[in-house]
Amino acid sequence: MIDWLPAVIVMAVCIIIAVARILIGPGAPTRLVAFDTTNTLVVASMVIVGMMFNHAIFIDVAIVYALLSFTMTLYVAKFIGGSKF
Amino acid sequence: MALNIVTYIFIGVGLFFNLIGVVGLHRFPDMYTKLHAATKCTTFGSIFLIIAVIMQAAGIWAQGGTSQSVMCIHAVLVLVALLVTNATGAHAIARAAHRSGEKPARAVVDDLEGKEND
Amino acid sequence: MKFLITTVVAYLAYLLLTIGSGTVFLWSTAELVIGAVLAVAVGALLRNRFIGKDLRMLNPRRWLTILVYLFPLLFAMAKANIDVAYRVITGRINPAIVKINPNLKTDLALTILANSITLTPGTLSVDVDQKTNELYVHWINVDPEVLKDMPRDYHPICHSFPDWARRIAE
Repeated sequence: MIDWLPAVIVMAVCIIIAVARILIGPGAPTRLVAFDTTNTLVVASMVIVGMMFNHAIFIDVAIVYALLSFTMTLYVAKFIGGSKF
Repeated sequence: MALNIVTYIFIGVGLFFNLIGVVGLHRFPDMYTKLHAATKCTTFGSIFLIIAVIMQAAGIWAQGGTSQSVMCIHAVLVLVALLVTNATGAHAIARAAHRSGEKPARAVVDDLEGKEND
Repeated sequence: MKFLITTVVAYLAYLLLTIGSGTVFLWSTAELVIGAVLAVAVGALLRNRFIGKDLRMLNPRRWLTILVYLFPLLFAMAKANIDVAYRVITGRINPAIVKINPNLKTDLALTILANSITLTPGTLSVDVDQKTNELYVHWINVDPEVLKDMPRDYHPICHSFPDWARRIAE
């Protein structure tokens, strides 16, 4: 069996560094970039956690999270770009 | 055993590229170069991590696991969703940032400068 | 025809998502029935949105071309990531936004090309001119040879990807 715990810990450190960029980043576009990165990392770690605990429900949640975060990125980008909804 | 060694290599490569992407988010000067580091490196690293999970799940599935079949196929779906949505999201962010007046730092040439089209 | 294609695609997607839930082959009876009802509803509502004017993507040769295209794309992605990792560590950048004209006509081909440019070495597509089908590309380490003449040469930016996109979608 593979030991997945160190991988999850490194992914958590990555997420914390990206969230720090959301908090300090100058301007809305930089924050949006950091937010998009955080979403990708959260999806990958969710898949790993699902494999670690042997529950397929984590991976289902990861699919829905990926698609919803994509929609949210598109709408926030539209808002920043100043076009009409 | 060979499967486990390949899986460890894939996890190592994936974590390395994720770390590079997140560090690039702090090292690059402006938003466009940050988008380069963030999009490419984290997409590539996450692909490697998910492929490692798929290989392990398929290995247990071949030995007679039951819940691993669902896990394997759904992980493939996550992979496809990530590949399609990340590149498109990057386009949306770059276009919106340029329209909101964000200038590329240290740029040599900017062909899009002052051009408004929609 | 449009209704049939949309319904079949929606039903296949539903079956992929609920695989392994029961005993009829791999699915339970309830999932099969609910999936069929939902797929018919989706096909009736969205048939004009999902499929555009023509049906040329039904040709199986184009699907085979997509599968072959994945290999040069994956190779280019690996090169791109090593390049970006090098630039993160050394901090050596020389960025510019350049305009290229890849001579593509359909929207799908342009989408494929833009996604490929984003995933390959040091380039990121920023904007598109919808009248002339020109792409604006952010380039992290610009080549001074390309900046000399105004209709930019696109081969240093995206190699042979416009030809692949034309083969897939035109």
